Amino acid sequence: MSEFEAHAPVEAPPSEDTAPIGPPAFAPWNDPDQKPLIQFRNVTKRFGDFTAIDKLTIDIYAKEFFALLGPSGCGKTTLMRMLAGFETPTEGDILLDGKNIVPVPPNKRPVNMMFQSYALFPHLTVAQNIAFGLERSNMPKDKVAARVDEMLKLVQLQKFGGRKPHQISGGQRQRVALARSLAKAPKLLLLDEPLGALDKKLRGETQFELMEIQEKTGTTFVIVTHDQEEAMTVASRIAVMDHGRMVQVDTPDRIYELPNSVYVADFIGDVNLIEGNAASHHKDGKVEIHWAEGAPPIVGTPMVPVANGTRCTFGIRPEKVHITKKLPEGKANIVRGKIVDIAYLGNISTYHVALPTGEIIKAQASNNRRIERRRFTWDDEVWLWWSETAGVVLTG
Amino acid sequence: MKRFTWFNAVSLTLGFAFLYIPMLILIIFSFNESKLVTVWAGFSTKWYGELLQNEAFLDAAWVTIKVAVLSSTAATVLGTMAAYVIVRGGRFYGRTLFSGMIYAPLVMPEVITGLSLLLLFIAIGLDRGVFTIVLAHTTFSMCYVSVVVSSRLVSFDRSVEEAALDLGCTPFEAFRLVTLPIIFPAVLSGWLLAFTLSLDDLVIASFTAGPSSTTLPIKIFSSVRLGVSPEINALSTIMIAIVAVGVISASLVSKRAIARQAKETQEAVRA
Repeated sequence: MSEFEAHAPVEAPPSEDTAPIGPPAFAPWNDPDQKPLIQFRNVTKRFGDFTAIDKLTIDIYAKEFFALLGPSGCGKTTLMRMLAGFETPTEGDILLDGKNIVPVPPNKRPVNMMFQSYALFPHLTVAQNIAFGLERSNMPKDKVAARVDEMLKLVQLQKFGGRKPHQISGGQRQRVALARSLAKAPKLLLLDEPLGALDKKLRGETQFELMEIQEKTGTTFVIVTHDQEEAMTVASRIAVMDHGRMVQVDTPDRIYELPNSVYVADFIGDVNLIEGNAASHHKDGKVEIHWAEGAPPIVGTPMVPVANGTRCTFGIRPEKVHITKKLPEGKANIVRGKIVDIAYLGNISTYHVALPTGEIIKAQASNNRRIERRRFTWDDEVWLWWSETAGVVLTG
Repeated sequence: MKRFTWFNAVSLTLGFAFLYIPMLILIIFSFNESKLVTVWAGFSTKWYGELLQNEAFLDAAWVTIKVAVLSSTAATVLGTMAAYVIVRGGRFYGRTLFSGMIYAPLVMPEVITGLSLLLLFIAIGLDRGVFTIVLAHTTFSMCYVSVVVSSRLVSFDRSVEEAALDLGCTPFEAFRLVTLPIIFPAVLSGWLLAFTLSLDDLVIASFTAGPSSTTLPIKIFSSVRLGVSPEINALSTIMIAIVAVGVISASLVSKRAIARQAKETQEAVRA
């Protein structure tokens, strides 16, 4: 196991000429030549009768900021604890750099973790906390001190090295925990709900700091969160989990715009879901969805061909639904309804519009006028419309 | 309840009188000139001087301290280990039985503990002396240590230990460098508890002591049976003084530690 004892530097990024032509996007998962840093192969974890992780296979690449997202109990924390070495899979292999790490104990893995509770050592100062891992690895004393200074600078806590954890604020504690887990330059950093204990404003700022530090250090980050906004902000890819399975693994924009199932569409952001039967294929692949007696069908573009008569769900984000007072002309999907509720959020308002068929469709409009000039109010009869490509047709 | 009422004054006086009048009488009579314990004949410290000449008492005191230090140290090590395994060991087969068995000696009558130890020592042919008292005291006081330490471990954030493992500690290093420093106050109070238990134990010690190894409680008890002497009063007064000084200084130290921590936190907030 000696190869796991030293933390080797992260491999150099692919040279420019092998990168795909076009804008230099970071997408190693689309490159078949890239070797993943972490591979889960058919991993199952059971606690008694309860299956926390169910035959899960996933690749995570070096330098990724990979988010595990899901409701509590979906298995995301178990997955992370298996990476750290605190849980052993019941079946399957976990590979790091191509080597099976399942039999390697946590203290021998080139993986560090930032705990949800921060787990700072209360009896040690901030600097001693950061030095703790370095001192375990037989690093010479002067090098430890230099590395601690470097880490304190990275998280902007140079003045706080001598303080004890109970003498600093929650946000500072969070940064100490981050510095401590990064000090050994791990190949992989695990972050368990790292911002859960911070208030909303601080969380927003810290998300960007986290991304900056991830870029600066070039470390692969795997973050566990139940906050979808946080996952969208920081992650290069998001894995949406449910009951121990990966439902969808994709970039944040694709997860949001092209969910592969009703579960993902519903879990990420706000969505209108309308159930119906697919019918009459257009030549260009568009389908009509018959969703209510007497109502004109909804026209949408499915990701995969949908057979005639398939039961499916049409999903559309509220901000893609336009709301007007006059009947819009030449639009594919038009419905009429009455405003029953308005959620005023300052920058935007969400209108809940009841259709004659009983469905309620949410439409969002930005408030670019002052409040006294607002266009719509309760009980207004309005038209809603959206384009043929605005929504997704989901069969799962 | 800051207002003075007759009810408060009376209940306070009664309560403290009940607790402290016996000790007060003992202290007063230790300074009695007369050899008769119940007759006051003027102030004197001569019994303290005589006590220091009495080698039997001094020997007993030395044995008691030796036994208390050794047994409380052994009990602390064993009790901490037992608490750690029971709290941290996860669900192993028979865990409930084990944890129940650790706490059973707490409610076991001392006479039974003492008698069974005596039978054991006779059966294995161990000569009774300081060593057997140490063994006996370790046996009954380790469960007290275990109770104190395990209550601290239960309220202890497990992820702090995991963080130590994650940062490269072996499980033993994690215990030594992280767990032990954090639970140290509980371990220390466990040690103090075991120490005082051993210091004043009469029943178990009298079962397991040999002729050459009399502890102070045994010595006091046996001399009182021949009549209470002012010397005993003097000895008891010294013990009360030692205990009082110990308790007061311990509470002062912890109070100062809390005050310092509060001050540091305040400074941190101001910065």
